Amino acid sequence: MIKLSVNNRDVEVPEGTSILDAAGELGIKVPTLCHFKLDDFDIENKAGSCRVCVVEVEGRPTLAPSCCTPATDGMKVKTNSVRAINARRSMLDLLLSNHPKDCLTCQRNLDCELQRLAGEMGLHQILFEGEQMEHEVDRANQSIVRDPNKCIMCRRCETACNVMQTVGILSAVDRGFDAVVMPTSKRSLDDTKCTFCGQCVQACPTGALTAVNRSYDVWRGLNHPAKFKVVQTAPAVRVALGEAFGMAPGSVSTGKMVAALRKLGFDRVFDTDFAADLTIMEETTELIGRLTSGENLPILTSCCPGWVKFFEHQFPDLINIPSTAKSPQQMFGAIAKTYYAEKAGIAPDNMLVASVMPCLAKKYEAARDEFAPNGIRDVDIVISTRELANMIKEAGIQFMDLDESDFDNPLGESTGAGVIFGATGGVLEAALRTAADWLSDEPIEDVDFTAVRGLSGIREATVTVAGKDVRVAIASGLGNARNLLEKIQKGEAEYEAIEIMACPGGCINGGGQPSIKGDTSILEKRRQALYVIDGDKAIRKSHENPSIQKLYKEFLGQPGSERAHKLLHTHYTERENA
Amino acid sequence: MSTTCCERDTVIDDQPEARQTLDTYLDSLPLTDDSTRNRGFLIQSLHKAQDLFGYLPESVQLLVANKLGIHLSQVYGVISFYSFFSDTPSGEFRINVCTGTACFVKGAGKIVEEFTRLLGIDEGETTGDMRFSLGGLRCVGACSLAPVVMVNERVYGNVTPEMVPEILNDCE
Amino acid sequence: MSTITPLKDRDALSTWAADLKTERASGAPVVIRVSMGTCGIAAKTTPVLEALQSEIRSQQKESQIEIVQTGCMGLCHSEPTIEVYDRQTQQSIFYGNVKPEQAPTLIREESSQAFGVDVLTQNWYRPEETDADVETAQARIVLRNTGRIDPESIADYVGTQGYAALANVVTTMQPDEVTQTMIDAGLRGRGGGGFPTGVKWQFAAKQPAGEKYVICNADEGDPGAFMDRAVLEGDPHAVLEAMAISGFAIGAAQGVVYIRAEYPLAIERLELAIQQARDCGLLGTNILGSGFDFDIELKYGAGAFVCGEETALIHSIEGLRGEPIFKPPFPAVEGLWEKPTIVNNVETLANICAIMRRGAKWFRQIGTEKCPGTKVFALAGKVKRVGLVEVPMGTTLRDIIFGVGQGIANDRAFKAVQTGGPSGGCLKTEDLDTPIDYESLRALGSMMGSGGMIVMDEDDCMVNIAKYFLEFTLDESCGRCTPCRIGNKRLHEMLVKVCSGRADMRTLEKLRQLSDTIKDTSLCGLGQTSPNPVLSTLRQFRREYLDHVMNHKCTAGVCSALVRYDINERCVGCTLCARNCPVSCITGAPKEHHEIDQERCIKCGVCQQACKFHAVDKH
Repeated sequence: MIKLSVNNRDVEVPEGTSILDAAGELGIKVPTLCHFKLDDFDIENKAGSCRVCVVEVEGRPTLAPSCCTPATDGMKVKTNSVRAINARRSMLDLLLSNHPKDCLTCQRNLDCELQRLAGEMGLHQILFEGEQMEHEVDRANQSIVRDPNKCIMCRRCETACNVMQTVGILSAVDRGFDAVVMPTSKRSLDDTKCTFCGQCVQACPTGALTAVNRSYDVWRGLNHPAKFKVVQTAPAVRVALGEAFGMAPGSVSTGKMVAALRKLGFDRVFDTDFAADLTIMEETTELIGRLTSGENLPILTSCCPGWVKFFEHQFPDLINIPSTAKSPQQMFGAIAKTYYAEKAGIAPDNMLVASVMPCLAKKYEAARDEFAPNGIRDVDIVISTRELANMIKEAGIQFMDLDESDFDNPLGESTGAGVIFGATGGVLEAALRTAADWLSDEPIEDVDFTAVRGLSGIREATVTVAGKDVRVAIASGLGNARNLLEKIQKGEAEYEAIEIMACPGGCINGGGQPSIKGDTSILEKRRQALYVIDGDKAIRKSHENPSIQKLYKEFLGQPGSERAHKLLHTHYTERENA
Repeated sequence: MSTTCCERDTVIDDQPEARQTLDTYLDSLPLTDDSTRNRGFLIQSLHKAQDLFGYLPESVQLLVANKLGIHLSQVYGVISFYSFFSDTPSGEFRINVCTGTACFVKGAGKIVEEFTRLLGIDEGETTGDMRFSLGGLRCVGACSLAPVVMVNERVYGNVTPEMVPEILNDCE
Repeated sequence: MSTITPLKDRDALSTWAADLKTERASGAPVVIRVSMGTCGIAAKTTPVLEALQSEIRSQQKESQIEIVQTGCMGLCHSEPTIEVYDRQTQQSIFYGNVKPEQAPTLIREESSQAFGVDVLTQNWYRPEETDADVETAQARIVLRNTGRIDPESIADYVGTQGYAALANVVTTMQPDEVTQTMIDAGLRGRGGGGFPTGVKWQFAAKQPAGEKYVICNADEGDPGAFMDRAVLEGDPHAVLEAMAISGFAIGAAQGVVYIRAEYPLAIERLELAIQQARDCGLLGTNILGSGFDFDIELKYGAGAFVCGEETALIHSIEGLRGEPIFKPPFPAVEGLWEKPTIVNNVETLANICAIMRRGAKWFRQIGTEKCPGTKVFALAGKVKRVGLVEVPMGTTLRDIIFGVGQGIANDRAFKAVQTGGPSGGCLKTEDLDTPIDYESLRALGSMMGSGGMIVMDEDDCMVNIAKYFLEFTLDESCGRCTPCRIGNKRLHEMLVKVCSGRADMRTLEKLRQLSDTIKDTSLCGLGQTSPNPVLSTLRQFRREYLDHVMNHKCTAGVCSALVRYDINERCVGCTLCARNCPVSCITGAPKEHHEIDQERCIKCGVCQQACKFHAVDKH
């Protein structure tokens, strides 16, 4: 243990603790900007580059960046000396001198760490004004807007993209005043192997990386007199949306969310959970087929568009292994515009399908070429949890005062298996519940496959399904996915089924969710909330969903049927690893 | 690849001989399973590639990236960091005026101005006919001859603005 | 010429050295050494060399005269330079500004003075070989062999006690004894910071045994320093031998020379030297039968000044952008590939073999108490005798500039001397008698740096000099931390304002304030010292800043925005100025007084140079 004093108060910390954390022990919060830490994922951006967290250390000739200076025995630290405060303000002054001052129209307005610090430090004018960077804003893709002019070189996105996700599309380029984070050759993101997972957006403290906002398109759709407006909501949205209205992390706001969507003007409020159940029907059928034949194993899940794009670029040799089942979002769209449209007597091209997703890659997914059969898109517009929260606020809906409301039927009926899709391990657990039932002589009693649950990046288990051992693995976060896949490629591991989610923790930590601001304990609360919903459901196996059974009976026939294949399956494209 | 994600130059395919030499060079590197250590060969590989192609177009960067098992963005990050590397072709004659202190105090600025005037290009640019590139040069350690101008490998010492037309005339 | 075979033990090396001595004694009585460093070659030494060679042939003096191509002799002011050395009398004559047509005379006269060729005085001694000489300003330890031996011949190096230190170390000493010798010698890092080399070694030596590295920092980046290049081109084995010794001391088996790609000749000579050392068994496994393994590889820089900073340098070797990172951990604990690593620059290493040969006590006799040894300076700028200068620490600036450098060229007045490159500062007349060491220069607001020493005269504008260094820093900043990336940009913008007469007193205050902040907050040593050129000129030459700001005047006449050209009454209307003006802003009929359109004038000064009647004034 090390003893030091911060602002004349003594504190004892383990060796290796930074001054920042030592001060934190005393409840002293030193302002930071480039520092970024995700405890549960063992990710830390210690660039030491913004110099906002500098403090005065007795006997040291220069100020010390508290985020990366280790505390030492007998150290005397002053976090708020005039020298430190002046330096800190100057750093912010310099950053702002090279930053567009368009806060009011910035996507990050009121959610920007740079703006917040400027407010807290009471910066009222820029002392060192001068030339600013001039880069083109990259708006060429469906998911992410990249405005390099707002980059402060904190490198948090680089850590997210390269270290955590190992997607590797962002790097600092050029040097000196021109240094900025960019994709290779300053290309636009859609010209790279970007997966649109959006973890860079979550990591960015300013408006340099933001989500594409489609709420205006939704407003236009909602105000269209002739369109029949349908919305679906992904499982992870309901356990995070409340945070945007001040609810505690882990609060479930399904009923209020449905009520709000109805108030916004949707004709039908449906549930992606229904489509998740449908996905299980198709994917489990595929799994059982492969287990029986012993061919083409392991099966990899394919619900996550970030993951799909990742393997298309970076693991082309595995392109035939993932399940061909479309993601729940796309299955929903396909069924809504065929089965449901027919049932409700609406022309498919007169139906607007919007999605509320915890994800930015879903925006990209909905726009993929293959998801517009006959020129009609399965899903028309995708908005994120954050965009929905803003729309509710924009509409003046008092979210907290709303009465709970239920999803519409039939595409709103779902099981506990559908809702756990929102957390890492959930898809696999849902598949195991169905597979176990289908392979056994009688329905299984215990549906809780707890061995596959948790937040850790890679989990492996051997589960017994109908008396047979099935080796499964779950990876969340693309970096973990890479590790797992490389192990398989090297022949160091063998599994029958693998679930992969691009975002660490799964969709609850998607790029479109309310920011956790580095507090990974929020994810655990969201995760648990999903399992509470699951536990409370009367039906917890996808194949027992009455509406799903009816869908097959009335429309699709059997899982894996020709029609199911046409509507519910897809193919993958090898893409360049660049 | 059945589908590519992006439009790219074709330099790597247009110059099969250079490509062959680069391939041979990269294959001769003692690469291991350790991709971090393999990255240690990046800068020398880029030197080699730039020697062969004259510059580092993206197609060449990609070849190096794939051989060493690193992301293209990291290769570009490195290229754009070091002034020795360029991803745009330079002119036949690379005129570099030393920007070291000794040359500066002895009037290198006037020399640059004179080249700029005669060639009609700024520092860092290449003439439209791809004959001349004008650039700065970090100290070559020939301070006793300041100001110094290098044209490709040739060094001119004690240069005066009057000598600039002669230097250009030497470029044949 | 002896054939190279691996030397199996220490005795084999001694025998070889003895044989070489005998061989020399019976060789040609006269040796002509031709300075063939980069600067020599650029100054057209090659034709001189060829002329000498062909003259020897035509005068049939092959057995009398041997030609040796050496590295830089340090007499850059008089390149091409040669040394004619008489083996019998052991006397040398140095000739400067040699022309090919002088070859016949030189060869004819052999070791007697050739008429009509510039003779240069040798103003250095070699402390290892002769006693201190108060009359001689320069003491060559680092440059002991540079300009004297053929850098491409390992035999030449072995013939001057080369590899004797390594042989002694690996066969008779323990690693901690070697480190202790270094600590006792008190050698401090010559790359700039002045950290005690032995202490650095000790840190790394104390780390658990295993993979460790020694790195030679040959990324000489100070835009006005070329001593490392001279050593690498002139005496590469000295650096290799020192690296092996340091490897032995800390327990490293691998060395890396990180060298600037801009030094092709040095790279070529190092590559050759490494191969020769391997062939002789002086690098590789089981060196001289001692059981010590050590090898060296070359890694090239690619044009980034910041890579002189050790963590940035390590990143560059690892194939990354050369961005420094926060220390601790220090490289001695966690360096290349996260293994214990010591980084020493070329000049530091070039001291080590001498220390090992002669001992710590001997080394401490040279220089000062706190800074034993010598320092090499690259003396350049407005001084008469530009060149490499190696002087004992504690020598005054005056002795260097007015002694070795023989004062200011072209009868101008001394104004300032800049040391430490972009991290350093400018010193003025009052500081000339300060004995130089790390501390004294720092106290004056400058730095030792790597040893660039640029002399300036009254024609240099000190604000413009500060602006020049800031421009350099702007170009070379890695861009990682805020103060260096944006702060230096703002400093530069303010200096541009001052130089163009658009600044006010508030600008000067902001300059100082921001400079202090950058020093206090930057991530690496380069950022922390980058405002030094501004702060030191602001303090030492405040008058000049005030002139720019208050009077819109640049006394040196450098800042073009503050300069004005006018045509006076001496104009005869010859039209020469108008015809030469690049922007055609001079008007006037022939034989009538001409006028300059001040709006369009670009202040290039061509008119003044063209005028034969002194009719163009500059103010």
